Amino acid sequence: MNQKINDFVVRFANTNGTGSASANNMFAKAIFRMGIPVSAKNIFPSNIQGMPTWYEVRVSDKGYLGRRGGRADLLVAMNAQSLTADIQSVESGGYLFYDSSKPLDEAVLRDDIHMLGMPISMICVKEYSDPRQRQLFKNVIYIGALAALLEIEFQVLKDLISDQFKGKEKLITPNIHALEIGFQFATSHFECPLPFRVERREFNRGKIMMDGNTATALGALYGGATVVGWYPITPSTSVVEKFAAYCQRLRIDPASGNKNFAIVQAEDELAAMGMVLGATWNGARAFTATSGPGVSLMTEFLGLGYFAELPAVLINVQRAGPSTGMPTRTQQADLLACAYASHGDTKHVLLFPADPEECFSLTARAFDIADQLQTPVILMSDLEIGMNDHLCCELEWQDDYQYQRGKVLSAAELDELERYGRYLDVDGDGICYRVLPGEHPQKGAFFTRGTSRDRFAVYTEKGDEYVQNMNRLAEKFRTAVRYLPRPECREGDKSAAIGLIYYGSTTAAIEEAQDLLRDQGLSSDCLRIRAFPFHSEVQDFIERHQQVFVIEQNRDGQMRTLLTMELEQDPQQLQSVLHFDGLPISGRFIAAEIVARLAREAQTQEAG
Amino acid sequence: MSFQKSKFHHPRLPLNELGLSYRDYEGSLSTLCAGCGHDAISAAVIQACHELSIPPHRVAKMSGIGCSSKAPNYFMNRAHGFNTVHGRMPSVTTGANMANRELIYIGMSGDGDTASIGLGQFAHVVRRRLNMLYMVANNGVYGLTKGQTAATADLGSHSKSGEANLFADIDLCVMALQLGASMVGRSFSGDKKQLVPLIKAALSHRGFAFLDIISPCVTFNNHATSTRSYDYVHEHIKAAGVVDFVPARTEIVSKFDNQKLEDICLHDGSILRIRRTDDDYDTHDSRKAVAAIEEHKAKGEILTGLLYIDPTPQEYHEMAGTSATPLSRLSQEDLCPGSRVLANINASFR
Ligand SMILES: Cc1ncc(C[n+]2csc(CCOP(=O)(O)OP(=O)(O)O)c2C)c(N)n1
Ligand code: SF4
Repeated sequence: MNQKINDFVVRFANTNGTGSASANNMFAKAIFRMGIPVSAKNIFPSNIQGMPTWYEVRVSDKGYLGRRGGRADLLVAMNAQSLTADIQSVESGGYLFYDSSKPLDEAVLRDDIHMLGMPISMICVKEYSDPRQRQLFKNVIYIGALAALLEIEFQVLKDLISDQFKGKEKLITPNIHALEIGFQFATSHFECPLPFRVERREFNRGKIMMDGNTATALGALYGGATVVGWYPITPSTSVVEKFAAYCQRLRIDPASGNKNFAIVQAEDELAAMGMVLGATWNGARAFTATSGPGVSLMTEFLGLGYFAELPAVLINVQRAGPSTGMPTRTQQADLLACAYASHGDTKHVLLFPADPEECFSLTARAFDIADQLQTPVILMSDLEIGMNDHLCCELEWQDDYQYQRGKVLSAAELDELERYGRYLDVDGDGICYRVLPGEHPQKGAFFTRGTSRDRFAVYTEKGDEYVQNMNRLAEKFRTAVRYLPRPECREGDKSAAIGLIYYGSTTAAIEEAQDLLRDQGLSSDCLRIRAFPFHSEVQDFIERHQQVFVIEQNRDGQMRTLLTMELEQDPQQLQSVLHFDGLPISGRFIAAEIVARLAREAQTQEAG
Repeated sequence: MSFQKSKFHHPRLPLNELGLSYRDYEGSLSTLCAGCGHDAISAAVIQACHELSIPPHRVAKMSGIGCSSKAPNYFMNRAHGFNTVHGRMPSVTTGANMANRELIYIGMSGDGDTASIGLGQFAHVVRRRLNMLYMVANNGVYGLTKGQTAATADLGSHSKSGEANLFADIDLCVMALQLGASMVGRSFSGDKKQLVPLIKAALSHRGFAFLDIISPCVTFNNHATSTRSYDYVHEHIKAAGVVDFVPARTEIVSKFDNQKLEDICLHDGSILRIRRTDDDYDTHDSRKAVAAIEEHKAKGEILTGLLYIDPTPQEYHEMAGTSATPLSRLSQEDLCPGSRVLANINASFR
């Protein structure tokens, strides 16, 4: 068999709560440190302990960071509960590494895969007396074995252990010892390396491996957020937890020891969103993070934010819906609920980060956009970006960058005014001037409300005043595009017949999908949407292509709906490629869907 | 609709320390029904703030939705106001207070707003010890939606259409006491003598001050069988103490040699003076306050006055250890750690 270098998938099958996560993460990190592109996915149950959990690592010299899809080349089976299914999920000709302390049930064995048995439990019983240690070191031992099987540099693993236990040096030696146990066993019992293995590269310069929620938290910190109201919900919880942890390190006033931030764990998402609006009304930058069920509860306040024209940043780390759905699975299914959240004619600005680096930069920018437009801005992250580690560019911050606070009048500016009108469209862009409470002793006070008012913020039910206000809000939404990130458009030879439109976490799978399509003689152009409302480039792209596929991770083609509604686009021209089983979409899936669709069309045409 | 009042000032109106007359504390012309108790509350707020020389523009008027929540329109035009959504004034006020601890927060809500749709938020704003005055204009009905029974209506009391209330009432003072409000009082919109000092004390109190103010709805709940009508309340009121308020700046000349008199010194040095009508009443014991409320209720009486006070409570920002400068006024330099720190953060993810 030919050697396959840096091109394979390893899947770990573990039990939730056994400490395998950090060992598996070390495996992916080691490959990252060897300069090889790698992507890692947690596939975990909505349960704290005892249920099967998987961790899938894809190694790819070509830099494909999406899921490959299909079966794994090597399966590390550490969970008896899921073993039967795990054996089935190995690629033909692939390998199963398992704990051979107990003999395997003959009935489930396959003769088209290789079996690598290691009596890990027995070894641990001999090595360690403490039951917790027996459990924890099991994980480190199999990583040691994999190092031998895949030729992972041992020094890289040792360095990772030292980094991980900085400050707890006592733990370093026993962990390295456990790695060695595995390594030695594999070298003396198996034919190492396997036909697929890793080889050092230099592809990861300027790259980091981070999860999107951490990046989002840092974006909020750098964007100047000071107030957070939130309510825990998977998969968004770590956004606020990480924000709190970084604030504890970086936002304590050295002189007084006081906190330059305030975080309240609210009683529910209604209150969380209310706190955000209260804080921004007073001029602070504030955000909340939630997922689908929380968004549902926040809609009333989102409507208030829209109509009363208050900035707010809402981080929506999407998960599979509807209702409680699949809390630990990923989806992009909240688009419509967020774009039009709340009753009446309401629209919201959406941002679509594709990876952690963009979670950082777009979150930081979201605070500017919200202030500039005086409206809620929703960052549409998802579980896949939010909770998995991704290889991405380093986070960057320009020190000369100034926060954009939008149109806020100071006391001195108020003095110059004959009469201040909160909802006067002075500049003709639909965006009016705010005054913060307490600013001026005589001037500028008004009532903020969710009820109809005239341009001077006085309550009114006059139809013409109402219509004018609503039209101005529509104008403001058109203006919004100026402040939003442009779509990313990649067009090869201008002759490509098909266009691909996608956004957010789907991005990781696109390059591979395009390559697979090209292998079949199909060239494609692509456009990644980064914000709603849409820039004119989106319309142009659609018009330039005979056929456009909108690729997304929901059942109903929500982005396609949004495009056809907002651009008044002929729906015929947009076809959906939809993946919504809760696992991240793969390049293989996208390519296969498009090829099948085109083949079907060709057939119908022939028949006709 | 709201109508602007004329700006005409009588030149001889008394001025307070800021040189402002009470007209400077007024709001728009009320659009509430003539005789609505809520207007009397607005008048009491105007008087209290004027007498305390509170700078109107440093006040944030927060409310939910309802006739009572409209009332902040009718006092202090120079203060910013926020009519939020139904029942959610507490969370918005919490956020506002987190962002700027220096403003004076006056929350105005109805019994529907607070005791039904907003009960959860009410409970939590009390727990969080927000530094604010929270007033409920309690009329036992929903005024704005025309007369439905509120959750504060007494068991067995009758609606205008004659239906008896099947359910026990929620006593917001009892709830506030149990959840840790550091000042709790009950009053009657028709009793300005009692209400004004209570509002003044609450505004000077650095912590969560709750006032439940019985405020008859003349349109939907002022009939003969109501327990929230003017006549009923006048007949059944029982004051725990007659309250007077001495601002910090006024010199206290003599101390009354009277067993029933107690002076409570507040954070800002002002004095709350209570002359008891009830010898046993202890304003510093929240459990006894709950018991007293229940006892009087059992006798068909409404206990009013200052029910409880902790003169030196902690408020949210003290507990949370937030910056003394309002968070909304921190600059980018205070908040953004810059690129060098980010480089270190990047390094920890390699
Ligand atoms: C979500 C929502 N539900 C219902 C309403 C309708 N509504 C407006 S005011 C009100 C009740 C007001 O009663 P209360 O708070 O007691 O104030 P009052 O008018 O009696 O002073 C209701 C139910 C609303 N505005 N929003
Ligand atoms: S309906 Fe009742 S509560 Fe509302 S304004 Fe009239 S009297 Fe007041």
